[in-house]
Amino acid sequence: MGATIEEREAEVIAELKAFPDWKDRYRHLMELGRALPPMPEDDKTETNRVKGCQSQVWLTARCADGLVHLQAASDSAIVSGLVALVLRVYSGQPSEAILRTPPQFINELGLGKHLTQARANGLAAMVKQVKLFAFVFAQQALAR
Amino acid sequence: MRAHFPQLQHPNDATPLTYLDTAATSLKPQAVIDRITHFYSKEYGTVRRGVYSLSQHATALYEQVREQARSWLGAALPSEIIYTKGTTEAINLVAASYGGSVVQAGDEIVVTEMEHHANFVPWQLLAERRGAKLRVVPITDTGEVDLGAFADALRGPVKIASFVHVSNALGTVNPVAEMTRMAHEAGAVVMVDGAQAAAHGHVDVQAIGCDFYACSGHKMYGPTGVGLLYGRHALLDQMPPYQAGGDMVDVVRAEGTTFDAPPYRFEAGTPPFAQVIGLGAALRWLAEVGPAQAAAWELSLAEETRARLAAEVPGVRFVGEAPARAGIVAFVIEGLHPFDVGTLLNEEGVCVRVGHHCAQPVMRRFGTTSTIRASFGAYNTRDDVDRLLHALKGAVELLA
Repeated sequence: MGATIEEREAEVIAELKAFPDWKDRYRHLMELGRALPPMPEDDKTETNRVKGCQSQVWLTARCADGLVHLQAASDSAIVSGLVALVLRVYSGQPSEAILRTPPQFINELGLGKHLTQARANGLAAMVKQVKLFAFVFAQQALAR
Repeated sequence: MRAHFPQLQHPNDATPLTYLDTAATSLKPQAVIDRITHFYSKEYGTVRRGVYSLSQHATALYEQVREQARSWLGAALPSEIIYTKGTTEAINLVAASYGGSVVQAGDEIVVTEMEHHANFVPWQLLAERRGAKLRVVPITDTGEVDLGAFADALRGPVKIASFVHVSNALGTVNPVAEMTRMAHEAGAVVMVDGAQAAAHGHVDVQAIGCDFYACSGHKMYGPTGVGLLYGRHALLDQMPPYQAGGDMVDVVRAEGTTFDAPPYRFEAGTPPFAQVIGLGAALRWLAEVGPAQAAAWELSLAEETRARLAAEVPGVRFVGEAPARAGIVAFVIEGLHPFDVGTLLNEEGVCVRVGHHCAQPVMRRFGTTSTIRASFGAYNTRDDVDRLLHALKGAVELLA
């Protein structure tokens, strides 16, 4: 796995583009979702729910040694796959790097036959939430 | 029929559009698009404000549609038809203007559990403002209003009963005439939300007997941004304005203002007259198609869909199985998230609605947070049903 956010994004995009058939892309994505570490049921709260998704997505974050560690889950199989991609790209990255890097893969994922549908599938909302967490952690680090 | 709809025309190699979200909004026939284009291109001028011919002509067109709408809804007088932005605004208008003047602390407002949020939240807010009580009549397992519970709810000090004609989330057709009679006997004024009914069959507000009836132009093959509110003249005449502005006043002085008669009292500001004229074209188009024939056709497609879903897709559970129903089929598939199903259907060019359909109480009643809904319009065909089933089976296989 690549070290930087850019490298990980490029990997994720290449990995999905390796499936020429959209059905295979979705199959792969859902496999990634199934492989997510389970989120404790207690964390699936209204506070942790990502607003702006048509399915339910919960996202929690903690900061250790300047690195942002994410955990997330969704009740949708497809969105669980997207959750897995978001975690792969951003989890374990420094908060400044998360804030600095524009989310390329929202536009380039090429998930479906037609469009990326980042807004419809909640990917954009999740990335926004990750950036908000990173912002808060960065502020806390500055205040210290 | 499909030839009337430019969005349904496609090159041979393209994925055909399978549009099954007419309950959200209908596609537009060429006649409506042409009428609006012609108006903007050749006839455009303001209404009810100009001495020049252009304005007088536009005003005449605008008022002709009011007469068309009167006839479409079976109202007694054209002045009983108020142009609104849509059903939502119409209900808010009645809640604020009529509700605001009659509902007092301790009074009750009755709605049903199957209401769209637009016919639920305005009444809830009114009740909260006034210290009144909102009574929500439960629905049965098949998705019908429990008429016994409705009768019980009407025993209180009810000022207003508001209920849906055809449920957007269930497809249920309510016995609105009977419910209106019951509510009237209890002394309540009746509002009917006709958003899903007005373009899918014959509506006659005088036969229903209701005091207010609301519908949306964009669900009736017409433009967005325009809707109709029918209100009984005797009530409208007594009601205060909803919004204030130009063209709704009689005399304005610093000490006070007197207001124009209905319908203009409720049409503050420059109205959406191009949309109104487009809606007139939609009503003409619908009249040519025949609303009763269209409704029967839509229902037959919905029934075929129900039968095929039950027979061909394992784990389907219908949400809404009232005997009296319209061309709306809502369902869930065991173990599958409606969002995932909808996303994969989209890949095959099939447009269905997934989610709570702005009817969260209905979802709660049926133990889910969302459903998949296919809703039919006059332009749908049996090929659309085939494509839905085909795409759905593919989605189920992919998600299994």
